[in-house]
Amino acid sequence: MKYRYLKNVVTLQMDQEKCSGCGMCLEVCPQQVFTYAENVSWITDRDACMECSACARNCPRQAIKVRQGVGCAYAVLMDRFKLKGICCKDACRCSLDNIPDP
Amino acid sequence: MSKASHKGIKLQVVDDRPLTPCCPGEQPAVSPVNISEANWVVGQLETNTGPVYRVATALDRSDLWGAVKARWGVGRMNYTVPPGLYAIGAPDENAAVLVSANYKLSFDSLRRELSGLNLWLLVLDTNGINVWCAAGKGSFGTAEVARMVGRTGLARLVSHRTLILPQLAAPGVAAHEVRRRCGFNVVYGPVRAADLPAFLRAGNKADAAMRRPSFTLRDRLVLTPLELTSLIKPLSGFALFLFLLNLSAALLKGNPLALLPLLGHTIDHLVPFVVAVLVGAVLVPALLPYLPGRALAWKGLVLGVLWAFAYTALTPGAESWLRNTAHFLIIPSITAFIGLNFTGSTTYTSLSDVIKETKIAFPLIAMAAGLGLIALVAAYFV
Ligand code: SF4
Ligand code: SF4
Repeated sequence: MKYRYLKNVVTLQMDQEKCSGCGMCLEVCPQQVFTYAENVSWITDRDACMECSACARNCPRQAIKVRQGVGCAYAVLMDRFKLKGICCKDACRCSLDNIPDP
Repeated sequence: MSKASHKGIKLQVVDDRPLTPCCPGEQPAVSPVNISEANWVVGQLETNTGPVYRVATALDRSDLWGAVKARWGVGRMNYTVPPGLYAIGAPDENAAVLVSANYKLSFDSLRRELSGLNLWLLVLDTNGINVWCAAGKGSFGTAEVARMVGRTGLARLVSHRTLILPQLAAPGVAAHEVRRRCGFNVVYGPVRAADLPAFLRAGNKADAAMRRPSFTLRDRLVLTPLELTSLIKPLSGFALFLFLLNLSAALLKGNPLALLPLLGHTIDHLVPFVVAVLVGAVLVPALLPYLPGRALAWKGLVLGVLWAFAYTALTPGAESWLRNTAHFLIIPSITAFIGLNFTGSTTYTSLSDVIKETKIAFPLIAMAAGLGLIALVAAYFV
């Protein structure tokens, strides 16, 4: 299943004029934000975007713009109060480096 | 034992020479430092770029124990593998090259899926941070990929020009830039290491399911221990605060000062809050997809209010109205705050969303908690 966060907030933008239809953004997006049609890429699920910027960085035509960042309230608060903490308790999204129990 | 082997590999293989231009690198693949002592090394391969250590594809007890410790935050910062080139099985010049981070948990979860395969493994220097975080911070980036390709002399070792990177490295690496800098084509592999054998069998093709990070019950709960350990300190402080409140209330009311009843009261008063912490750190992640709303603080709030009602129902008439008020203000604040904090552990929250949620939720949480504390203190003296 696909998890969803807030609506109409993300900064993702695409200049479809520049798109060559190479498909790279579709390949790297972990949230399946794009679909491919008429030889170009389309943003079809913007709210699912997590602003990881994989698409923007890997677009050879620089057709995509997005503010890159990690969606972590702890980091946001640390930054807001000018505190130095270890980022994300140094454990953000580590859940992807899973090791099953012995 | 794990400690001794850890010492062995802490001797860095890396040097601090200036960044070498990418391919052709003139340095040996691995400098002769005794990584050989590491428990995960099983022999050495002679290559035309120097010796390359062969890595075990089975985890042993010290790997598993190390993983448990890292999950509870012990020695987490030093849990690394020396960057460099390694071999899985008996790779030749045609064997595929996988690229990975040097966080030991990432390294372990990768190699344990590779048994029976013959591959090269290029471990980057990501400061011991996992792939996704390192890519976001840029340490798993275009420059580091090109640098390591150059330093290991990979271009002279393999006849092809393809690197397989984890898909979650894409926020840090520009595939077209890597090709420009060192001539290697980047192919993004599956999100999960477990899908790598199927990906390789299919001729480096990932199907849709391989491209989607999972966020199962297990994924959601794996960070709970770390969250709990980080909450032990504030909770102990709060326990001390409650004890002092009990003590001063007893002094003011001229009650006899006996340690045991004082401790007993403190523990009684602490219980609803300890349970609130567990509700926030365990139930919020566990029930995430089933809780109403989208904002994480809201999900936490819902459970907190439920627990406050449940506690009141379980202790009918036992608490003063002030104490009940305090519970209804503080308990949801705790669960909402832990819920808000969980944003950093999910696989789908964006920075803009989190800033928006934090701006709205945090002041409300702080206010409710503040009022709740006033009510709680008052409850001791009226
Ligand atoms: S990566 Fe860029 S050029 Fe390629 S399909 Fe996506 S938007 Fe178009
Ligand atoms: S920023 Fe990340 S999540 Fe958003 S569209 Fe690009 S690749 Fe997908």
